[in-house]
Amino acid sequence: MAKKGEPIIEVEGIDTRFGDHVIHENLNLTVRRGEVIGIVGGSGTGKSVLLRTILGLKKPDAGRVRVFGIDFSTLPEEERRLHEQRWGVLFQDGALFSALTVAENIQVPYREHLNLSQELMDELAAMKISMVGLRATAGDLYPSELSGGMRKRAGLARALALDPEILFLDEPTAGLDPIGAAAFDELINDLKETMGLTVFLVTHDLDTLYATCDRIAVLAEKHVILIGTIEDMMRSDHPWIHEYFHGPRARAAFSGK
Amino acid sequence: MSRLFTAEIGGILAGATQRSAGEGEAGEAATCHIGIESRLLRIEASGEWRIAHLDPVDRRLRALTADSIAAHQAIIDLSGISRFDTAAATILNRTARLLEEKGIRVSFEGVSDSWQTLLDKIGEFGAPAPAYTHKHPLYLEIIGRIGETTRAIGEEVTGMLGFIGSVLTGAAQTALSPRRFRWVPFVHHMEKSGFDALPLVCLLTFLIGAVVAQQGAVQLRTFGAEVFTVNLIAIVFLREVGLLLTAIIVAGRSGSAFTAEIGSMKMREELDAMRTLGLDPMDMLILPRVAALTITLPLLTFIADIMGLLGGGVVVYFMLDMSPGVYLARVQEAVDFWTIAVGLIKAPFMASIIALVGCRAGLSVTGSAESVGAMTTRSVVRSIFLVIILDALFAMFFTAVGV
Repeated sequence: MAKKGEPIIEVEGIDTRFGDHVIHENLNLTVRRGEVIGIVGGSGTGKSVLLRTILGLKKPDAGRVRVFGIDFSTLPEEERRLHEQRWGVLFQDGALFSALTVAENIQVPYREHLNLSQELMDELAAMKISMVGLRATAGDLYPSELSGGMRKRAGLARALALDPEILFLDEPTAGLDPIGAAAFDELINDLKETMGLTVFLVTHDLDTLYATCDRIAVLAEKHVILIGTIEDMMRSDHPWIHEYFHGPRARAAFSGK
Repeated sequence: MSRLFTAEIGGILAGATQRSAGEGEAGEAATCHIGIESRLLRIEASGEWRIAHLDPVDRRLRALTADSIAAHQAIIDLSGISRFDTAAATILNRTARLLEEKGIRVSFEGVSDSWQTLLDKIGEFGAPAPAYTHKHPLYLEIIGRIGETTRAIGEEVTGMLGFIGSVLTGAAQTALSPRRFRWVPFVHHMEKSGFDALPLVCLLTFLIGAVVAQQGAVQLRTFGAEVFTVNLIAIVFLREVGLLLTAIIVAGRSGSAFTAEIGSMKMREELDAMRTLGLDPMDMLILPRVAALTITLPLLTFIADIMGLLGGGVVVYFMLDMSPGVYLARVQEAVDFWTIAVGLIKAPFMASIIALVGCRAGLSVTGSAESVGAMTTRSVVRSIFLVIILDALFAMFFTAVGV
């Protein structure tokens, strides 16, 4: 089994452009196995684009990305799909399949990749549903019948269906009430502890950063300007980082800890 | 509707190639050894207890717990396990729970700390709720569906009448204070649903005109009456086909676009945003579309008529050697004012029906992207249906008044 602390995501010299608009320039980032890394940055600094680049949904204009030590862009289709089962992704609004119920959404990866009995799939779906804090009856509902927060949880349940090694979360607590957001933070910590999960977290939520992240990477000026613990962030004198981690909301979040 | 989609996707999934149980790396299968010795049940688990390998083990344990067991104590030994995940924890928890329900004391052995946390965590969730299934006998389902559809049709008719009423009210208010009318979207929709439809309408009506002429000439020739081909084309096109074709093309092109545009705005709460800003979606979205289509469809129909006659003329020229001058003279003989008027009078009515159905379907969209698609389909089907019904009613009317 792979050891804790070895690099699991390696981003090397990524350039991303949309037309003339440069998003990333020579961006480097290494995520270690078993850590929760938070990606912060102002609006439009390309946090979500970075996530999509790592997932292979967007091809970088230069540089390369390796996940599990593998450059996915060079893999044949079949092999890439096998490795893609080793990560789970929660998109901003859950991205549930609208034609399927929540339980069926969770079972999609089981049906597609594994050969399980219907009883076991139902049981596992029910387990994932209660794991993310949804009521058991939510399994029979369609995504259009769920609130935004419930869609997010259901999306997380689907991301966790195959017990992934890496969990990518795009603004998981945005739009949740504080109690729900705190429960979400606790859930992430639990998952990390029990399953040795690596979590790649794009967030604006300072409470989540304090509560869950081992390290934080700050995206600004088209690359990662600083990566380190909360303490490193607090010590930094870069104006944006200082503003971010010493602003009134940051102080409130930090003192609450 | 959504059930149907589910079946579709389910089919796709079932059709997908079942890959062998592996997650990118070769792993040893999960096994469990079950033995009973002097009323002590031992379950020895070993191998990789990960979801990909667990199905056979799960079946064995289900079979075990389904029967009665001659034991009063059970030990689940996990020391042989190399990997462990939430699915494994679920299965083991369930097994332990079912054994305890039979009055057997269960203890775990060889559990590492992190696995214990996982087992405890999963155990907190308890037994899964039984799956909720709603099955009725077939005859009840059928009667239920008939009733449901009847109710839906009734609701749809009253809803549509209500909508026509509110559009008319909006139109009347706009007529009283013309400054409220939105000229920019009006002109925009005239261009999009009228001018941009020209190439398609021209090409199709030209071709249909040619086909009608060719088929007519072949049939009429057997009676030696091929000169009447011209009458056939002129009357059929100016009274019916020119308009019907145009209306159907526009229903498919613009009616669906209206539904999709308004529907996706509704889905993203843009309509609610408009209302809170003091803008009326009726003024902003619906009246300009209805007005634009009501004006452009007669114009398109007129052009369609000309193109149909042109297509017929080309065929007649080649098949019957009739010169363009003679063709035009014969068309003039065959047609009077009312022939073309009958076609054009119907056009604004059909246009309003298409626009109203399209807009209303857009407004009926609910939260999901799927419903935009369903409503768009419904709007096209319904407007083509109504266009043809309306055409039949008009035919009866014009026969009654004798034109």
